Amino acid sequence: MSVSRRQKLALRFREFLPSENVVDQPTSLAAYECDGLSAYRETPLLVLLPETIEQVQQVMRLCHEQRLPVVSRGAGTSLSGGALPHAEGVVLSLAKMTRILKVDPLSRLAVVEPGVRNLAISEAVKSLGLYYAPDPSSQIACSIGGNVAENAGGVHCLKYGLTLHNILALKLVGCAGEIFEIDQRSLHSDGYDLMPLLVGSEGMLAIVVEVTVKLLPIPRCARVVMGVFDSVEMAGDSVAAIIAEGIIPAGIEMMDNPAIRAAEDFVHAGYPIDAEAILICELDGTEEEVIAQIELVEGVLKRGGAVETRLARDEAERLLFWSGRKAAFPAVGRISPDYYCIDGTIPRKALSTVLAGIRELSAEYDLRVANVFHAGDGNLHPLILYDSNNEGELERTEELGSKILQLCIQCGGTITGEHGVGVEKLGEMCIQFGEAERNQFHAIRECFDPLKLLNPGKAIPTLARCAEFNSMHVHQGKVPHPEIERF
Amino acid sequence: MRASIPDVDIEAELALQIAAVAASGGAVEIIGGGSKKFYGEALDALAIEVGAHSGVIDYDPAELVITLRSGCRLSEVEALLAENRQMFGFEPPHFAPAATIGGMVASGLAGPRRGFTGSIRDFVLGAKLLDGRGDVLQFGGRVIKNVAGFDVSRLLVGSLGTLGVLLEVSIRVVPMFATEATLAFEHATADAHIRWVNELGSQPYPLSASAWHAGTSRLRLSGSEQGVVHAMGELGGEREDYDWAELREQSHTLFAPVKPLTRVSLPSASPDFSPGRAQIIEWGGAQRWLSGEVNIAALRERASQLGGSVCAFRDHAPGVAVFQPLPPAMLKLQRNIKSSFDPAGIFNAGRIYPGL
Repeated sequence: MSVSRRQKLALRFREFLPSENVVDQPTSLAAYECDGLSAYRETPLLVLLPETIEQVQQVMRLCHEQRLPVVSRGAGTSLSGGALPHAEGVVLSLAKMTRILKVDPLSRLAVVEPGVRNLAISEAVKSLGLYYAPDPSSQIACSIGGNVAENAGGVHCLKYGLTLHNILALKLVGCAGEIFEIDQRSLHSDGYDLMPLLVGSEGMLAIVVEVTVKLLPIPRCARVVMGVFDSVEMAGDSVAAIIAEGIIPAGIEMMDNPAIRAAEDFVHAGYPIDAEAILICELDGTEEEVIAQIELVEGVLKRGGAVETRLARDEAERLLFWSGRKAAFPAVGRISPDYYCIDGTIPRKALSTVLAGIRELSAEYDLRVANVFHAGDGNLHPLILYDSNNEGELERTEELGSKILQLCIQCGGTITGEHGVGVEKLGEMCIQFGEAERNQFHAIRECFDPLKLLNPGKAIPTLARCAEFNSMHVHQGKVPHPEIERF
Repeated sequence: MRASIPDVDIEAELALQIAAVAASGGAVEIIGGGSKKFYGEALDALAIEVGAHSGVIDYDPAELVITLRSGCRLSEVEALLAENRQMFGFEPPHFAPAATIGGMVASGLAGPRRGFTGSIRDFVLGAKLLDGRGDVLQFGGRVIKNVAGFDVSRLLVGSLGTLGVLLEVSIRVVPMFATEATLAFEHATADAHIRWVNELGSQPYPLSASAWHAGTSRLRLSGSEQGVVHAMGELGGEREDYDWAELREQSHTLFAPVKPLTRVSLPSASPDFSPGRAQIIEWGGAQRWLSGEVNIAALRERASQLGGSVCAFRDHAPGVAVFQPLPPAMLKLQRNIKSSFDPAGIFNAGRIYPGL
């Protein structure tokens, strides 16, 4: 990109943004060249940091006039490259919009700017006995605007839902700078319910500039029981058995042996390092309720073949049990130069098949895999351990990851439960969805953004992209998409 | 019981019918059981019967998900779930024995539990749709967490059949509660009830329904034996037998005598909207029913200022718009969305708004 174009554009944006909120120096731009998926990098033309909704509108108007691609970005914690910059476009960072505008205890809602951190919401309302339920593992850092863009999950989704289920209203700026609102505080929406389209749209439909979140009362009591197993299959079956008892745990997580070892080595949570699998099951409610349910769950775990069950004695031990799970990713980061996190979701009954398949693939590709699993909702996070300094290992890792996702699709699951498609899973989208569905996605996108300026190249693959992907996956001598010209 | 749900696949016939209509430039009204035909603007188009498209595609109770053809009778599906001590978490109204799953999803109407546990949209996981080109599209899936592609299956909830013919749907189900109990309290005014029930929302009680009418507030508690007993101990009130199904089905005498019926949707803590008027307030204050004549234009203006809307739900005079009008830019966006599924405007055209 020519330096003069960058400078000319910077001047235009500085007509309404403070000079320091227009980042145009290569050294400063470097900080934005990737998100949590650091294998992909790109330098944007500019990074813009508006502080008000009016400034976001002005940015969008100028981008629209100049036909500049816009990649919106919150805290940049995406694991799928959702905030990867566009070389010919700008990054619109919402990181300076960090005010909590209103907390309404009677209506149990908070109105916040998009740059507010997920955990900061719960911290701000804790004294009222309330909290914001979705808790992605990155909740210390990730922003609510990014959570909305990705429909972020966490360990408590089974009982408390995803981001979508905890949002009451959104204020958005469209691609030409216009404001529109989706207000469902009345639990009703006139016309189409656009909330599910916008939540999880990966920055491709509009810019989120204000979020009204639902606040829930903090449960009076939460306790955690850990089940220790000699086989992952038995642990998986126990999850189904707990649910068959009519219990919906607040969270139920599984870790396999490599993940247990890595986490224990890192945070000393007291995990049994010889176990093939552990289940961490949290129950919440009133004290009497939780005591009764803990007893039921312990019984199920023992009948399901648990060699041991451990009940966290107090709040400190409960948090300790969780600490290993929440630190599983960085823990794996300590035992391997690099790791690559996969996000497939499967019907729980397919767990044994998928884990066995992952073991086979791991051997075939000669790459270690540690598994952590949101067992209640079927969201599997295999972590592939690799070393990017070894020639070709990243490519092999990505191929293994893709094979794991394809296995998830075959088993009736999906390629992404909570991390989003981004740039990472565009190829697998070609397998999960047919051409008609992908065309429908593009058509929806064009209803919001006819010029396709918002986060272009992400989330929904083009026909050409799928042809390219499928050319590497020729099945039974038949070339997929024979209708496409090939070169 | 599962065997008693007919297993009949008429997808191919439906696709042919739609293709023929599309070729002839016609339009259709999609009919399941006809139980919610009153909801939305009246249509004058060729009826397409989808009620015969029935069958359980997949149901494994341990997965907490059921996948159904859209013509399945709601009552039969609920019976199947009940056999497995499960249920829908949104307590859908039937309004007639013929009510189908497709109509339930298309109308998006939910019952008393909705104010506390979520909407139909919140529980829908995937859908198969016949679009206006005669193509069969599949969105979402059968797993609880899925963020691949735009969430079209949930967009279909409440779209009143204007985007296509719903063929199949996957819905998350929930375990039945071990115990339920209803408590009654005296609150002379609607405002007293609204404040009280919203304040209760800040406490972790297992609330699953609320209703206020004529000076009496009722709360339903649903949960584990211990949780419900504990909450009853703290809440006080009179325990009573109350038929929440009458409220859900609007068969309660409160709904019957005076027409028309108007639904007011407001942020839950909004003050009494219609002081001195006979009304039922449910969903923790968010849904309010008025029976008898109203000045709907004036109500709509006030509701809009509060962040809510007013629906001419049933038996209003011809010419009264059923749904609160959208701002022009939003209507244009929604019309474009409809066109993206249904370019020729075949399906239930005008059911929600002109052109939608």
